[in-house]
Amino acid sequence: MNSQLFDTDNIDIAWCPGCGNFSILNALKQALAELGIKPEELVLVSGIGQAAKIPHYFKTHVFNGLHGRALPPATAIKAVNPDLTVIAESGDGDMYGEGGNHLLHAIRRNPDITTIVHNNMVYGLTKGQASPTSQIGFRTPVQVKGVFENPFNPLAMAISMDASFVARVFAGDIAQTVEMFKKAISHKGYALVDVLQPCVSYNKVNTYQWFKEHTYYLEDSHDPLDRLKAFEKALEMEKFPLGVFYLNPSKKTFEENSGVYQENKIPLSRRKTERKEKLKALIHSKK
Amino acid sequence: MNKFKDDISIVLCGEAGQGIQTVERILTHVLKLSGFNVFATKEYMSRIRGGSNSTEIRVSSKKVSSLAQRIDILIPLSKSAIEHVKRRISPYTIIIGEKENIPEGFPVEKYRVIDVAFSKMASDIGGRVYSNIIGAGVISGLFKVKEEILRDYLKQHFSKKSEDIIQRNIEAVKKGYEIAEDLLNTERIEFDLQRDPRIRDEILINGAEAVGLGALAGGCNFISSYPMSPSTGVLVFLSQQMNDFEVLAEQAEDEISAINMAIGAWYAGGRAMVTTSGGGFSLMIEGLSLAGMLETPVVIHLAQRPGPATGLPTRTEQADLDLALYAGHGEFPRIILAPGKLEDGFYLTQRAFNLADKYQVPVFVLTDQYFIDSYYNIPALEVDKTTIDSHIIKTDKNYQRYRLTENGISPRGIPGHGEGLVVVDSDEHDEEGHITEDLELRTQMVNKRLKKLESIKKEVLAPELIGNKNYKNLVIGWGSTYHVVKESLEGLKREDTSFLHFKQVYPLHPETERFLQKTEKAILVENNATAQLGKLIKLNTGLEIENKILKYNGLAFTVEEVRSNLEKYL
Ligand SMILES: Cc1ncc(C[n+]2csc(CCOP(=O)(O)OP(=O)(O)O)c2C)c(N)n1
Repeated sequence: MNSQLFDTDNIDIAWCPGCGNFSILNALKQALAELGIKPEELVLVSGIGQAAKIPHYFKTHVFNGLHGRALPPATAIKAVNPDLTVIAESGDGDMYGEGGNHLLHAIRRNPDITTIVHNNMVYGLTKGQASPTSQIGFRTPVQVKGVFENPFNPLAMAISMDASFVARVFAGDIAQTVEMFKKAISHKGYALVDVLQPCVSYNKVNTYQWFKEHTYYLEDSHDPLDRLKAFEKALEMEKFPLGVFYLNPSKKTFEENSGVYQENKIPLSRRKTERKEKLKALIHSKK
Repeated sequence: MNKFKDDISIVLCGEAGQGIQTVERILTHVLKLSGFNVFATKEYMSRIRGGSNSTEIRVSSKKVSSLAQRIDILIPLSKSAIEHVKRRISPYTIIIGEKENIPEGFPVEKYRVIDVAFSKMASDIGGRVYSNIIGAGVISGLFKVKEEILRDYLKQHFSKKSEDIIQRNIEAVKKGYEIAEDLLNTERIEFDLQRDPRIRDEILINGAEAVGLGALAGGCNFISSYPMSPSTGVLVFLSQQMNDFEVLAEQAEDEISAINMAIGAWYAGGRAMVTTSGGGFSLMIEGLSLAGMLETPVVIHLAQRPGPATGLPTRTEQADLDLALYAGHGEFPRIILAPGKLEDGFYLTQRAFNLADKYQVPVFVLTDQYFIDSYYNIPALEVDKTTIDSHIIKTDKNYQRYRLTENGISPRGIPGHGEGLVVVDSDEHDEEGHITEDLELRTQMVNKRLKKLESIKKEVLAPELIGNKNYKNLVIGWGSTYHVVKESLEGLKREDTSFLHFKQVYPLHPETERFLQKTEKAILVENNATAQLGKLIKLNTGLEIENKILKYNGLAFTVEEVRSNLEKYL
C-alpha cells in the first residue's frame, strides 16, 4: 500500500526534530493507505497547535479551523457529506482544554468520525505551559510551583459517557499506532484515540524513555465490550495501559439520527431538492 | 353611544401561563378570515408563570402594522393587568372583565368597565380554562365574526382533543357570542369597520416565520443553534420542517459550536445558518472571524434584545448594529441586512444565502424581539421570485481554493465534487490554502479578501424613500421601525416630510449622502441609546444627524410616541 499518496511536495515542516508528531503523521498516512482511502475521500479537520498543523503535511482535503473547535465542523462536514472519511486531529490542549465541551457533546452525538489527540501533556506551540493532562508537579514558567490540578483522564471520561470507541496508543510504537488508527477509522461511530506523544522541547519529564517505562499493552483477555472493566483500566495512572479500552458498536450515528438520511441516502451536499412547490404549500397553510 | 371606526386596538393582559397567546392566535386568525386586517404583538416578562404580559391586537379597515399606544378594548385577565397598562387607558377605553380583576380603588366611574363573570361561566362549562375561549367569543361577537368561522377554527385547533373538549369549547364560544350580543345592545357599542374579502386569502405570519420561510427559500438545509430569546423561534420553525424540506437541525452545546458547525456545513457543500441573540452572538465572534478568514459563507440571524449581558431577555432593542458591524478580530468584509416588513424577513433572508455563497462572506439578518414576535396579514409571499443560487464549482486537479483573482473572489469548491483538494485554513494561507508566513503573500491575501467589498457594494439594496421626493424634512430609520415610522408620518400628513428606511445597513448605499444633502432637517429614529445607524452614517458621509428620537427602555416604539416626538422637531 502506498502511503506516499498523501505526501505533499516541498513542505516546510514546523515541528522540532525528534518530535512525536512525525511518527503520528507517518502512521496515519500508512493506516489510510492500508485502508484504501484516497486523498479525495478524506477530510482532515484540526484546531490550532503544533499537532493541529498535521493536515498541512498531508495531501488531502483540509479544514484547519480554530483552537479547540475541530469537532463541531468535523461533525457538520460528515453530516453534510457522509461519503467522506472525516478525522479531527489536534493536541491535548486543544481537544481537552479549549475544546473540552465539544468533546463531551461529540461523544453524545456519535458522528461517524475519528478523533486523534496528540497528547504530549504540555502546550507546545505556546512554548511550554501545562496542559489538562500534565502530571501533578510538572513545572513550567507559568506553573512555577508545579501543576496541582488533577490531570484530565480522557479515557475514563469517554468510557463513562459510553463513547463508541475508546483507545490509547504510544506514538513510539509505530506498528501499533498504524493498527489502532485503522481500527478507529473503520469503526462506525465516534472513535477517540489518545496518542501519548513525547514533546522533545517542552516536556523533559514525559520523554520517550518515560513513556516506555510507564505504559503496557492491555492483556489479550481484556474484553472491550465490558464497560466496567474498561473504566477500571482507564483509571490506572501509574502505568498507562495501551490498546482498545472500550467499544460500543451498537450505537446509531449522528448522521443516522439526524433525520435527513432516513429515506434518502444521497449526501445533503449533492441533493438538488425542488422546494418551490412545497414552500408554496407551506406558505399557503399560513392563511 | 360608543362608536369605533376603522382602527381598533384590543389589549389582553394577564399573567404568563394564562393562555393569552392562545386567545391571540385564535382571534387574529378568525378576524382575518372575516376580512379584517389584523396586527398583533406582545410584550412579556422573562418568566413562565405569573407577572404581567400583554398582547395588542389591532383590527382595522386599512392595513396597519405597528404598535399603538391607545387601548380601545382592554380585557384584564389578572389583578395586576390594569396597573400594568394604566398609561395606555383613557376614558374611551372599554374594559371588559370580571370584578375580581378590577383593582380596589380603581375609579370605575371614570371608565367604562363592563363586568362579565368569565370564571363563573367557564366553571359552569367545565373549568377555568374555558374563560379564554369565552373571551375570544365575546370579541368575535363584537366584530360580528360569523360564529361558525370561530367554531371551525377551534375544531381544527383542537382536532387532537377529545370530542367532549371540543364540545365544551363550542359551548364557550356560544356563551361569548351571547355576551357580545348583549353588550352591543345594552352598552350601545358600535364597530364601523370595512371588510375586504381578499384578506381571507392573505397569510398571517410572524417575524420568526418570515425569516424561517426565507431561509427555506434560500436553500437552507442546515441549522445549528443554541436556544436564546428572541431568536429561538427560527430554530423551532426550521426544526419542524426537517422532514418536508430535509433540513438538518441541531441544537448545539453552545454558540461556539453552533457557528463552527455552520461553517463546516458550508465547507462541505451545505447551506447553513445560525440563529442567536446578542449574548450568544458574542460567543460566536471568533467563529465569525474564522468565516472571514476561510472565506466560507455563513448566514447569521441575530435577533436583538436589550443588553449588556443578559439584559432584558424578552424585550426589544436595536442596539447590536455596532456589534454586528465590528465583531471579529482582523479585517474582512461582511453584509448586514435589517428587515423592516415581514416580507423583508422573507426576501432578505433568502437573499442572505445567495449573497453569502456568492461573496463567501458572513451575512447578517439583523432583527429584534419586536420584529420576531409581531405578526400581521400580508399577501402570500412569492416563491417564484426567489432563487437558490449556488456558486459551487466542480474542481480540477490543480484547484486552488484561494486563487488570487481580479475581484478577490476565488471559485469555491467542496470536497468530493471534482478532482481537486479543498484546503481551508484559519492561519494566513497561500493560494492552495496551506499555512504560510510569506508576508508579501499575506498582504495580497488581505487585499484579496477586502477587494470583495467592491463587488458587494455594487448590489447594495437602496434605502426606501416613503413620501415626497422633494422633501424638506427627512426621517431616517432602519430595520423593525419601518411600519411605526411610516404610520406616524401618515398621521401627520406633512407633504414636506419623507421617510428613508434602510433594510441594508452595511455596506451603506452610496446614495445615502445625496438623500441627506437634499434635506433641510434630518431626524433619526432608533430603538437604542446611542444612535448606531447615525454613527455609521456619519462615518460614511461625514454628516451628523442631530435630531434623534431614541428609545431604550426595552419596548418598541408606538405610533403615538413617534408622532408626538416628530411633531417636536417639525
Ligand atoms: C482562542 C485561542 N486561545 C489561545 C490560542 C493560543 N494557542 C495556540 S495552540 C495552544 C495550545 C497548544 O497546545 P496543544 O493543543 O496541546 O498542542 P501542541 O502545540 O502541544 O501540539 C494555544 C494555547 C489560540 N490560538 N486561540
